[in-house]
Amino acid sequence: MLQITLFYIFAILAVLGGIMVIVHRNPIYSALSLILTLFALAGEYVLLMAHFIAIVHIAVYAGAIMVLFLFVIMLLNIRIEERAPGAFRYMVYIGVPMAAILFLQLGYLAFQGFKEVYVQNTDVGTVERIGQALFSKYVLPFEITSILLVVAMVGAVYLSKRKLEIVE
Amino acid sequence: MNPWLLEAILALIKIVVVVFGVILPLVMMLILAERRVSAFIQNRLGPNRVGWQGMLQPVADGLKFLFKEDVIPGHVDRFLYLIAPGIILFPAIMTFAVVPFGDQLTTYIGDTLVTIKFQIADLNVGVLYIVAIASLGVYGLVVGGYSSNNKYSMLGGLRSSAQMISYELPMGLAIISVVMMSGSLRLQDIVVDQYEVWNVFRQPLGFIIFLVASFAETNRLPFDLPEAEQELVGGYHTEYSSMKFASFFLAEYINMITASALIATLFFGGWHVPFGILEALNLPVLWEQIIQILSFSVKTLFFLFFFIWVRWTLPRFRYDQLMNLGWKTMVPLGLLNIVLTAIGIAIF
Repeated sequence: MLQITLFYIFAILAVLGGIMVIVHRNPIYSALSLILTLFALAGEYVLLMAHFIAIVHIAVYAGAIMVLFLFVIMLLNIRIEERAPGAFRYMVYIGVPMAAILFLQLGYLAFQGFKEVYVQNTDVGTVERIGQALFSKYVLPFEITSILLVVAMVGAVYLSKRKLEIVE
Repeated sequence: MNPWLLEAILALIKIVVVVFGVILPLVMMLILAERRVSAFIQNRLGPNRVGWQGMLQPVADGLKFLFKEDVIPGHVDRFLYLIAPGIILFPAIMTFAVVPFGDQLTTYIGDTLVTIKFQIADLNVGVLYIVAIASLGVYGLVVGGYSSNNKYSMLGGLRSSAQMISYELPMGLAIISVVMMSGSLRLQDIVVDQYEVWNVFRQPLGFIIFLVASFAETNRLPFDLPEAEQELVGGYHTEYSSMKFASFFLAEYINMITASALIATLFFGGWHVPFGILEALNLPVLWEQIIQILSFSVKTLFFLFFFIWVRWTLPRFRYDQLMNLGWKTMVPLGLLNIVLTAIGIAIF
């Protein structure tokens, strides 16, 4: 009973945040609504006994990536959409059909999924189990991902550094 | 009684006791302590008139904040301006949920056997929870700075977001080395792991990194660039007045308490009493628990004093110095510490 109640609270918050992200004119509000959505999703993960993913979700997305988003939005001071409501109105003709297709696909998958499996009380999402899986069965993909990230990082540092030299 | 209901009631009681019985009184004492210690360091007297030795000064300050006119400037982003003080308080208090104040006590309530843990929530991802929630602390500052629509506030908000992201990394790296020693993310396990030797002796480098990073995360001098008075008037809270202004200060002090409690937990053995004194005394269990909680409190209070001490001793960093220290010194040192820890674990 409690789980169902919490599920609906988090679900409503997530959807509400998601709607606010696309509806609001001010990009800062959009970013903050996205944080609300991320939080609600983390709550859902906790309900699925996936504590590790829930916490990493908050730490990485809400704690780091969204801060950078806000940082960039504040630095750029984007006010175009706020000043000129409807400037992007042609986007509606592409966006709405795309959203409908995505929604139908996801809905279909979700309904198929509900027929076959239901979430059991497992401990798959706990830190210990994820750690064991990452460093035994999935160790190769894990290491390759880390190399990919390092490459991206080095690339970013190199690009920003080269720009500085040109300025000088 | 339903065991689930009992658990929930216990958790609620613990939350109320910790927030209203520990954090808020401690914040009031800290405000007084800050003023008195700074006065002592600068060879002045400090506030000593309201109550005995100025003990009631925080109450007087609080009343003054409450009765000041609450000005909302016309040029602010009203909604964000109003919720920013709330946003900044929320993660500050939330982090306290996983701090272990003591061991556990098994007792009868009615006729059910209950284990009372001196910790609000014993999460199996405890340390990660702290990192995650601490990283949310920046939003209050950023939102406050942005919504004030004032260039000083904006600069304060921008500085804080860059500073906190930069110092989260070394903080996380220092925590990783601690977790490597204990083999668990549960804070209770980390405390138990330090039964023989405190982490500060096993992880001296990690301790220094964590200490410096926690100064930066709490925006205290020498890292208080988001509110540097001489450069930014008041930083992110320039446009705030009355109780909203006070809540920014409240959040800063709560963050300080959390940081001190974490330093005590992660590096100074948490609620352990050193030198086996407790075993030698052979007291009843209840007294043992109380002494352990006292031991934790003493450690935390020492670091709170340390925070104040540093604030009135060291000058502020320049912004480029802050960034250089964070990225070019602290992060490599943190990585080095992890490698050293790994080698140490492999050898011993």
